[in-house]
Amino acid sequence: MYEIIEGFTEAIRLIITLDPDVMAIAARSIVVSFTATVLATLIAVPLGAAINFGTFPGKKSLIGLIQTLYALPTVVVGLLIFLLISRVGPFGSLRLLFTPTAMIIAQTVLILPIMIGLTISALSGVDQVLRDTLHSLGATRLQFLANIMKEARFAILAAVAIGFGRAISEVGAAILVGGNIMASSFMSSTRVLTTAISLETSMGNIPQSIALGIILLIIALGVNLAITTVQHR
Amino acid sequence: MVALLLICGCTGTTTDPTPADKQQLRIATTTSLYDTKLLDHLTPLFEEKYNAEVLIVSAGTGKALEYGQRGDVDVMMVHDRAREDTFLADGYGINRRVFAYNYFVLIGPESDPAGVANMTPETAFTAIREKGTAGDANVIFVSRGDASGTHSKEQAIWKAAGFNYSTEVKGSGDWYQEAGTGMGATLEMANEKEAYTLSDIGTYLAYKGNLDLVTVVDEGDILLNVYSAMQINPEKYPDINSTVAKDWVNFMISDDVQKEIASFGVDQYGQPLFYAAENDWEKIGVTQAEVTDPVL
Repeated sequence: MYEIIEGFTEAIRLIITLDPDVMAIAARSIVVSFTATVLATLIAVPLGAAINFGTFPGKKSLIGLIQTLYALPTVVVGLLIFLLISRVGPFGSLRLLFTPTAMIIAQTVLILPIMIGLTISALSGVDQVLRDTLHSLGATRLQFLANIMKEARFAILAAVAIGFGRAISEVGAAILVGGNIMASSFMSSTRVLTTAISLETSMGNIPQSIALGIILLIIALGVNLAITTVQHR
Repeated sequence: MVALLLICGCTGTTTDPTPADKQQLRIATTTSLYDTKLLDHLTPLFEEKYNAEVLIVSAGTGKALEYGQRGDVDVMMVHDRAREDTFLADGYGINRRVFAYNYFVLIGPESDPAGVANMTPETAFTAIREKGTAGDANVIFVSRGDASGTHSKEQAIWKAAGFNYSTEVKGSGDWYQEAGTGMGATLEMANEKEAYTLSDIGTYLAYKGNLDLVTVVDEGDILLNVYSAMQINPEKYPDINSTVAKDWVNFMISDDVQKEIASFGVDQYGQPLFYAAENDWEKIGVTQAEVTDPVL
């Protein structure tokens, strides 16, 4: 019990004094996961719309596959990306292994299924009456999509929140493709909150681990608050 | 959100030049070395002298060798002579230099349930296994279980004691537990379980303050632990950064750094965590060239 209390107080101290290492790690987590979420959204929303409103053979199976991929373990994604971008892999010449870019790619891949699936859910949940109204008013394809998106924005934003949450909280892929590197420059390091917690705990640095954990929760809370605010506008 | 990001980003880093100006050196090393923080101590010196950026990935020796074989790093720093020799013979590594050594120690609970204090490593291992397989629930051995250099040494001791590792030790009972993780984490686990484990003295000393475990066996030729650095062969991977890699290897065997290594940890732990290799090449069984000759 004493260890936990001691840990907490030290953690608060690290946060309040803006300890540079801790802040750099937190900032990196945000940058990596935020970028991954934006990329995934840019892919998932159009793709989700295309799948939802399209008619093609195997549509149900495709949706089924996407939903199965919700359970994709993060470490499996990590392994896959690792094999692809390692120097001996097909994309080895891009030299992406052990870079933040690799982590962004891995997190994007990881959250794509869930974001596509939830987008499809969101769009298919839009009232049929609205769709018929839009058609009867002579909406162009673009106007149709724009209006449906607007109607479904609550659910789509929820998907974005979930995507971000999943991205920032995963460890498996981040360690495999990132290498948990602490270098002297911000852009070359790949240590993020989750991998740092893992390392600090294994090294017995409980106060640092708790501090990082608290920050992770604050960020998750903050992002959710932000999204909720936007949702209710 | 963006403002918060910028603030964090700005307070997080010192004013260093953009990474594009600097060469990057990727090193794969073992947790036994990394967890002692020796490298954190040395890299700033290197970075300033050579205007480079050092990126260190810490994993078990097995994984480090794997990264080296795949060309994902420029330099490897490991401590498993046998596997290093194979690596060099296969042409993946070049220019191995030995820069430090220390000893492994068998650590365990103060109560010493297996009664192995001050035995030879081989006898101690035999006794632990005997009590463990006989069903003494207090006798547990935690192995690294991760193909690391430490794990290799552990297996070597089992072999020297006359056991077939895969049939008579691994999986032979609840007394033998494989952590599958780094040295620091394994020490933490052994601490929790009040178990015996093999550790390099460096990591053990670095963690000693957090542990209730003590050294039970620390003498025996087999416990020698030799660390080396080697470049990944640019002939196998032409776009590897071999200039900075060469600089790093030479850096590690330079007089100044050897002195740093020899004194590392004395202030904090009362004894050095490593011995410099430069004058002890005969003692540790390597050639003088491997210890003193700079890579050309």
